[in-house]
Amino acid sequence: MDGYSLSDLFSILVMQGFSGLSLFSVLLLMALGLAIIFGQMGVINMAHGEFMTIGAYTIYMTSRFTERHFPSFMPYYFIVAILASFLIAFFVGYLLEFLLIRHLYKRPLDTLLATWGLSLILQQVFRSFFGAREVSATLPDWLMGAWKPTPDIDIPLNGLFVMAMSMLVTAMVGLFLFKSKWGLKVRATTQNRVMASAVGINTKMVDRVTFAIGCGIAGVAGACFTTIASTGPTSGSLYIVDTFLVVVFGGTASLFGTIASAFTIAQAQSILTFFLTNAMGKVVTLLTIIAILMMRPEGLLRSKVRR
Amino acid sequence: MSFFPCHQGFPAEARKFRKLLVKSVLAGMIANVLFAAQSSQAASNIAVTDKEVVVGQLHSSTGTMAISETGAIEAEQLAISQINAMGGVLGRKIRVIQEDGASDWPTFAEKAKKLLESDHVAAIFGCWTSASRKAVLPVLERDNGLLYYPTFYEGLEQSKNVVYTGQEATQQVFAGLDWVAKTKHAKTFYLIGSDYIWPRTTMKLARKYIENVLHGKIVGEEYAALGSTEFGSTINKIRLKKPDVIYAAVVGGSNVSWFKQLKAAGINGGNQTLLTLSVTEDEAKGIGGENLVGFYSAMKYFESLDTPENKKFVSQFHAKWGENAPIGDVTQAAYEGPWLWKKAVEMAGSFDTDKVVKAEESGKITFDAPEGLIYLEPNHHLKTKLRNGEW
Amino acid sequence: MKGFGKAVLGKPGFVDLLVMAVIILVVFPLALDIFRLNLMGKYLTFAYCAVGLVMLWGYGGILSLGQGIFFGIGGYCMAMFLKLEASDPVSTAHQTTPGIPDFMDWNQVTQLPLFWEPFHSFIFTLFAIVVIPALTAYVIGVSMFKRRVSGVYFSIITQAIAAIVTILVVGQQGFTGGINGITDLKTLHGWDINTDSAKYILYFVNGVLLILSVILGKVVLSTKLGRLLLALRDKEDRVRFSGYDVSSYKVFVFCLAAVVSSVGGAMFTLQVGFMSPSIIGIVPSIEMVIFAAVGGRMSLVGAVYGALLVNYGKTAFSETFPTLWLFFMGFLFVGVVMMFPEGLSGLYKTYVEPRQRRWMMKVKGGKGIPEQLNENARV
Repeated sequence: MDGYSLSDLFSILVMQGFSGLSLFSVLLLMALGLAIIFGQMGVINMAHGEFMTIGAYTIYMTSRFTERHFPSFMPYYFIVAILASFLIAFFVGYLLEFLLIRHLYKRPLDTLLATWGLSLILQQVFRSFFGAREVSATLPDWLMGAWKPTPDIDIPLNGLFVMAMSMLVTAMVGLFLFKSKWGLKVRATTQNRVMASAVGINTKMVDRVTFAIGCGIAGVAGACFTTIASTGPTSGSLYIVDTFLVVVFGGTASLFGTIASAFTIAQAQSILTFFLTNAMGKVVTLLTIIAILMMRPEGLLRSKVRR
Repeated sequence: MSFFPCHQGFPAEARKFRKLLVKSVLAGMIANVLFAAQSSQAASNIAVTDKEVVVGQLHSSTGTMAISETGAIEAEQLAISQINAMGGVLGRKIRVIQEDGASDWPTFAEKAKKLLESDHVAAIFGCWTSASRKAVLPVLERDNGLLYYPTFYEGLEQSKNVVYTGQEATQQVFAGLDWVAKTKHAKTFYLIGSDYIWPRTTMKLARKYIENVLHGKIVGEEYAALGSTEFGSTINKIRLKKPDVIYAAVVGGSNVSWFKQLKAAGINGGNQTLLTLSVTEDEAKGIGGENLVGFYSAMKYFESLDTPENKKFVSQFHAKWGENAPIGDVTQAAYEGPWLWKKAVEMAGSFDTDKVVKAEESGKITFDAPEGLIYLEPNHHLKTKLRNGEW
Repeated sequence: MKGFGKAVLGKPGFVDLLVMAVIILVVFPLALDIFRLNLMGKYLTFAYCAVGLVMLWGYGGILSLGQGIFFGIGGYCMAMFLKLEASDPVSTAHQTTPGIPDFMDWNQVTQLPLFWEPFHSFIFTLFAIVVIPALTAYVIGVSMFKRRVSGVYFSIITQAIAAIVTILVVGQQGFTGGINGITDLKTLHGWDINTDSAKYILYFVNGVLLILSVILGKVVLSTKLGRLLLALRDKEDRVRFSGYDVSSYKVFVFCLAAVVSSVGGAMFTLQVGFMSPSIIGIVPSIEMVIFAAVGGRMSLVGAVYGALLVNYGKTAFSETFPTLWLFFMGFLFVGVVMMFPEGLSGLYKTYVEPRQRRWMMKVKGGKGIPEQLNENARV
C-alpha cells in the first residue's frame, strides 16, 4: 500500500468497516423471517425468497401509484410502502398457512416440498402480472447518494437505511418474542404444544400468526432491498441460499445465533473480498462455513433442548 | 438379460414367459437399431409445405434468464409477423413453434433436439447465454440445423450452423476502448465483470489492447460470482486505486446491485468515467435510469438512434408490445435474425440448410436494419458499427 | 444367492419389477422414436436419485436435499474422461496450449490440473464414479450422524452444501468449465456417442443399470438393515437403546444412495452429451426428492415411475404452454404433497392391488398370494 497517505487508509478502513456492517444487516434482515418460521415452527419455507419479492413489488407498485396520483408525496411514500409490504406479505402468509401449511405440521419435511411448489407458482404469478423483465421503483432522493462526514469518506445512505431497518426489525422481533404475551404463547407452543393447548392457548392461531409474521418480515426485507438490488420475478432466488446459510450456520433454534452468524459471515466475506477478488472471497467464505458446519453441524449456538 | 437368475421352483409358465421376453427385447433392439439408421437420414427433411414453413424459437420464458430473453422473443415475433404480412418467405407463411429453455442448459439441448428432430424446423431463432449456445451447438451440428443467435458474446467460435447477429468480443472491445482513451484521455483502467466466460474473454482482450496498443495501465481486474449482490468491498478497492475508467461487464441481477451501490457510494457519471458492455435499455429498466446518468455503454444499437429506419422499428415494436417495452441491443439483433434468414433463403431459392448456409457465406447478404445497413460476412458474423452511448 | 432370490423373486413385488423392466426395455424402445427414447433415457437417469432417496428418505427417514452433489460427481467424472478424450493434441492444435480442454485454454490455464490427470483412464473413471461419492457421503454422514443431526437440520445442511458446491463449480471455471459445464463430448474409446445407434445402446445400458439398482435396493432393504432403517425412522432412540449403532446404519444407507445417484449422473452425461452445473444445485436436488414423493416414497419401483411422470409432465406442459407451464408443475407438487402423500404407489395399493389380488385368487383357484397387504412387506 505504498503511495497512500494515512488519512486515505483511514477513510478506506472506515468505509470498509461500514460495508461489512451493511452486509451484516442485509443478511440479518433476510434471515430473520426464516429464523422465526424455521426456528420456532420447524417449517422449511422454500418460498421465503418469493415473499421478499412480494415486498419488492409492493414498493414498485406504490412508487408507480404515487408518481401518477400524488407526485408531491414522493419523498415519503417509501415509509408507507414498507408498511404496506409487511401487511401484504403478512396477509399472503396468513392465507397460505390456512390453505396449505397447517395441514402439514405433522410432516415437516413435506412442507419443504409444498412450499417449493408454491415458490414456482408465485414466480409465475409475478411473471404473468409484472412481466418477465426487471422493474425499478423510483426511490426518494433522501435514500440515494452518500453521506460525507469528511471529504474522503462516503457512507452510502441506502446502506444506512437498511442497517436502521434491520436493527429496528430485530429489536421488534426480540420484543415480540420475549416481552409480549404473544411471544410467550409462541415460545410455549414451541416448547410443548400439547401442554400449551391444555393451558388454554389457541395453538393453531399462534402458528398461523407466527408464520404470517415471518412472511411479513420477509416482505419488509424485500422492500428494503429494492434500494440495493434488483426486482424481478426470480429475484427471490438470489437470496434464498444465503438466507438458509445464515440460519443454519447460526444454529436453528436461536435468534442470537442468527445474529451472530449473520455478523460472522458478513465480516468474513467483506474482509476477504477486499483482499482477494469478489468471487474468491465468496468461495473462501463458503468453504469456511462448510468446514465449521462439519465440526459443529448444529451451528454456532446450539439449542439446549435434548434430542 | 442375465439378471434373471435361475431359480428352482419357479413355475414353468414363468420360465416360458421369460424366454419370450428375452426374445422380444432382443427383437425390439434390433428392429430399432435398423429403424434408427433410416430415421437419421429422414432428419434432414424440413417441415415445409406449399403454404407454410415451420421455424423454431428457443429462449427462456421462465427462470432467471427470462428477464433478459423476453425482448429477443418479442423482437423475433415482430419480425416474423412483418415478414408474413409481406407474403412470407418464398411464398410460404412462417409458422413459429415456441419452446421454453427454462434458463437450464440441458433443457435447451433437449428442446433444440425436439425442434430439429420432431418438428423439422427450417431454422431456430434463439439462445441468449453462451452456455445455452454451447449446449445447443452439438445438436445443431449433428442434425444440420440453423441457429440465429442474437447476443453479444465472447467470440472464439464459428460454426457453419450458427449466424451470430450480435457482436463478438473484439468488435465490442477495441472501438470502445479507443474512444474512451481518445476523448477522456484515460490512462488507468479498472476491469470488473461477472465470473463466467464472456466477461473473462472480453477482459483478456481488453487487457491486451490497453497494455499493448493504448499503452495504458490496468490497476485492477476482478470478477464477481454470478448472482452476487454485494459490491461494497469491491467499490472500496476501486476508490483506493482511483482509475480513470471503470470498464464493466457485470450481468444479470448483479448488474442492478452493482450500479445501485456505485451510486450510493457517491460514484456517478459526474466524477467517474465508466464504460459498460452489458447495459442495454432492457437492463436500464431494471437498474433505474437515475442510477446510470453520465455512464457510457458500448453497444451496436440504442433505442434512441435517430434514423428513419430505427424510428419506424421503434414505433412498430411499441405498437405490438406496449409503449413501455424497452428495446436493447440484443432485442434489435434478434429482430435482424428472421430478416437475414429470409434474405438467405430467397437467395438460395430453397429452405435446405446447406444451400442457405452457402447463400449466407456468399458475402452478399445485406439488410437495412434499424441500427443501419449491415453486412453478413462469410464468417457468419455481422459487419456493424459500435456506438458509445451516454445514459 | 438364496437371499437374493427371496428378496426379488419370492415376493409379489417381483411382478411390479417385471412390469417396470418390460416397460423400460421393451415398450419404450418399440413405441418411441429415437428422440423421445433419448429423452426417456434422460428421465431415467434422474430415477437413480429417486431410487436412492426411497432408501434414504422413505425407509431411513433421512431427507437429503443434496443428492444433486452426488449426481454431479458421477456426471462430472464421466464428462472429464470424455472431455479429455475429445481434447487430444491434434484436434486442439489451434489452442495456445494444445491437448487441454478448450475451456481451460479460454481461461488462461496452461497446464492440465493435477486432479484431471487420472481421468485419462477409463478404469479409473469408473472407479471414481463409485468411490468419490461414497467417500464424500461418508465424510458428510459421519460428521452429521455421529453428532445425531437429523430431520430438518440434516436436510438444510445438505442443501447448503449443494449450494456451496454449485458456487464452487461455477466459480472455478478454469478447472470445471464454469456455468457452461463440460460440453462438446464426442467419443468413448473412439466410439461416437452421438449417433443414433449409440444412443440406443446407451439407453439399454442405462435401463439395465437402473433395474439392477432397483434390485440392489430391494435386496438391501429386505435384509435386517431394511427393517432397522424402518425402526430407526420411527423410533430412533429405541433402536439405539436396543444396542444398535444407529449412525453407522445411517451412514451406510447415505453412502449407498450417493453411489446410486452418482451412477445416474454418469449415465446422464452419456445420454445428454454434456454435463452442466445447472443440474447439481438446490433446484435439481429438490426436484429429485419430488420424483420420489410423486412415485411414492416407500416404493423403489414407484420412484422410477415418479421420475418418468414428473419429467414427462415437465416436457409435455412446457411444449404445450411454454410460458405458463410452471403453474402446472407448482400445482402438481403442492397437490401430490397435500392429497397423495404416498404418491403413485399409494394410489396403486389402494385401488389396483385389491383387484389384482382378487383376480389372482380366481386364476389360481383360491390360493392367491399369501402375504397380507402390509406396507412394509413390499419394497
